[in-house]
Amino acid sequence: MIQALAFYLFAIVVIGSGAMTISSRNPVHSVMWLILAFFNAAGLMVLVGAEFIAMLLVIVYVGAVAVLFLFVVMMLDIEVAQMRAGFARYLPLGLALAVGLAAEIIIAVGAWSAGGVKLSQRIAPIEGNVPNIQAIGNLLYTRYLFVFEGAGFVLLVAMIGAIVLTHRQRGGVRGQNISRQNARRPQDATRNVQPPVGEGVQL
Amino acid sequence: MDYAANLAMTLPEVILGVGAIVLMLVAAWGGQGSTRAISWAAVAILAGACVAVAGPASGGGMAFDGLYRADAFAGFAKLLMFPAAAIAILMAPGFFQRTSGDDLRPEYPVLILLSAAGMGIMVSAADLLTLYVGLELQSLAAYVLASFMRRDTRSAEAGLKYFVLGALASGILLYGISLVYGFAGTTLFDGIAQAYAGPRSLGLLFGLVFVFAGLAFKISAVPFHMWTPDVYEGAPTPVTAFFASAPKVAAMGLAVRVAVEAMGPATDQWRQIVIFAALASIILGAVAAVGQTNIKRLLAYSSINNVGFALIGLAAGTPTGVSAVLVYLTIYVVMTLGSFLVVLQMRDADGQPVESIAALSGLSRTRPGLAFALMMFMLSLAGIPPLFGFYAKFAVFDAAIAAGLFPLAVIGYVASVIGAYYYLRVVKTMYFDEPAPAFGAGDSKLEGGLIVVTAAFISPLGYLLIAPLSAWTMAAAQALF
Repeated sequence: MIQALAFYLFAIVVIGSGAMTISSRNPVHSVMWLILAFFNAAGLMVLVGAEFIAMLLVIVYVGAVAVLFLFVVMMLDIEVAQMRAGFARYLPLGLALAVGLAAEIIIAVGAWSAGGVKLSQRIAPIEGNVPNIQAIGNLLYTRYLFVFEGAGFVLLVAMIGAIVLTHRQRGGVRGQNISRQNARRPQDATRNVQPPVGEGVQL
Repeated sequence: MDYAANLAMTLPEVILGVGAIVLMLVAAWGGQGSTRAISWAAVAILAGACVAVAGPASGGGMAFDGLYRADAFAGFAKLLMFPAAAIAILMAPGFFQRTSGDDLRPEYPVLILLSAAGMGIMVSAADLLTLYVGLELQSLAAYVLASFMRRDTRSAEAGLKYFVLGALASGILLYGISLVYGFAGTTLFDGIAQAYAGPRSLGLLFGLVFVFAGLAFKISAVPFHMWTPDVYEGAPTPVTAFFASAPKVAAMGLAVRVAVEAMGPATDQWRQIVIFAALASIILGAVAAVGQTNIKRLLAYSSINNVGFALIGLAAGTPTGVSAVLVYLTIYVVMTLGSFLVVLQMRDADGQPVESIAALSGLSRTRPGLAFALMMFMLSLAGIPPLFGFYAKFAVFDAAIAAGLFPLAVIGYVASVIGAYYYLRVVKTMYFDEPAPAFGAGDSKLEGGLIVVTAAFISPLGYLLIAPLSAWTMAAAQALF
């Protein structure tokens, strides 16, 4: 009962916020609705027992991708009225895409209810009572350790490459030297003077 | 799982990876001034990796539950690639100092090391995952290397072009991999071979086509060769020499392993693709090179042409054919490195690189030694008999004929005559044209020495190596079947 309630709650909010994402006039609001949709999709994933994907959704999509979206949206100078100008013109194309997508979903559901896709052999059958985070971790850090480390090296190369290609030493930059700042004493930096009356200060 | 035994089998890559990280740290603390030391350390690490190949890495069998195969084939390819990568490192400091005025940045040897690690993973891959990770590691480092001279617009263009087209090719390859995985139900090469041996679905065949298309891009075989001339022309010359040698061997080794090990039962299916790619590469490589005026572009078309010949050996699909591919690659790598070492000597009095073929006019009078070496490389690339390049072509044609592919051998043979034209044109320019302004004096004894060594290898002296080379490549090829 409670599962059903939770499912309908999450599902309705996902659909509702998804609709708001595409219909909201302000792009920043769209991103906010998208984040809400991600959170609720994560809730759905928890319900079906895929807690790893749920966490991935929150950490990767909400934490990184959506924030990135937000940055991009804020940097773009979007004229809302201009974006809506072509609505009537592109409506037939949009409708055709929507019909195609709906047909695909119906076919996919039909095919699925006719019997799941059978992989001829499973490399790594999942044991009964292991939570899937543990199952993925088990595989990732034992069987696929070599590939996992290799992927790490790919990311390292990407990082080195980005720095090699973009970093340059600019002249005239005043960097912060914290140790020098901390070592600075008042008596080195200030001096006491007693200017005679009426003559002002010599700097 | 016994980690010590597994790591012993992957020792070459472990040495390269750990070495690259350590050198990166040294570079971070030592800065620009440490480049020379880091370059030599990188060469030492590559030498260490070569030594490590001698251990369980070339014959230990399967590592990491079948993800990685340490066999004689992988060992042979690694012994070919790592020295080529080391030469690419040794070529660089002088070139960068002369060209851009500032010293080479220390990331260059580090990126080559990481690329070499990726290549080692590629030729040892026994699983589609390993294949892809190795390929990406190698390619990503290569993209950065192509635009390493970031102030040079041509270099930046080369990097961008390589990256965009390389990403596209990776996408094609991944699509093929996903089809193969979906229809075979496994990513292990052994399991895929079983799936191809059984009743073959359309999905498996589509997957095969896409996987070969992706791999054809990496070896720059026609019709996926378009990036090659632009990237080879724009990239700094030592990087171009690197691209034309080690990654070619890696991609070719990978293609051979996928073809024979994973898709062996579907040989009749992929043979058509390989034959088409081979002939198209040979013919296009020969015809398109005729109009080139830039020596680096010429060598790019030459590499396309040569990959076509190597593919003839693969088309045979027999142990003899694979062994011929390895022989071809060995000789090709030496010829190419030698040619690029000569190109590196082409510079005007100020030390700026000169790349036009016309600048070679009358080189026989101004620099007779250099002209003679380039003549040898060109004639050897053309496959003219007294030189070792002839034996390479002979080996692949022999294998193709033994496998009953007469038309392929005949067309390849005729096309190699067309190809000889542009190689001979370079020789004619050097020996019979009026002298152009002389090149600046060669100041590097190391580069001179390397030219002499590579030239000696492809001279008729190389024929002394045929017996050990054939035995070795045959043993390597047998490991796949």
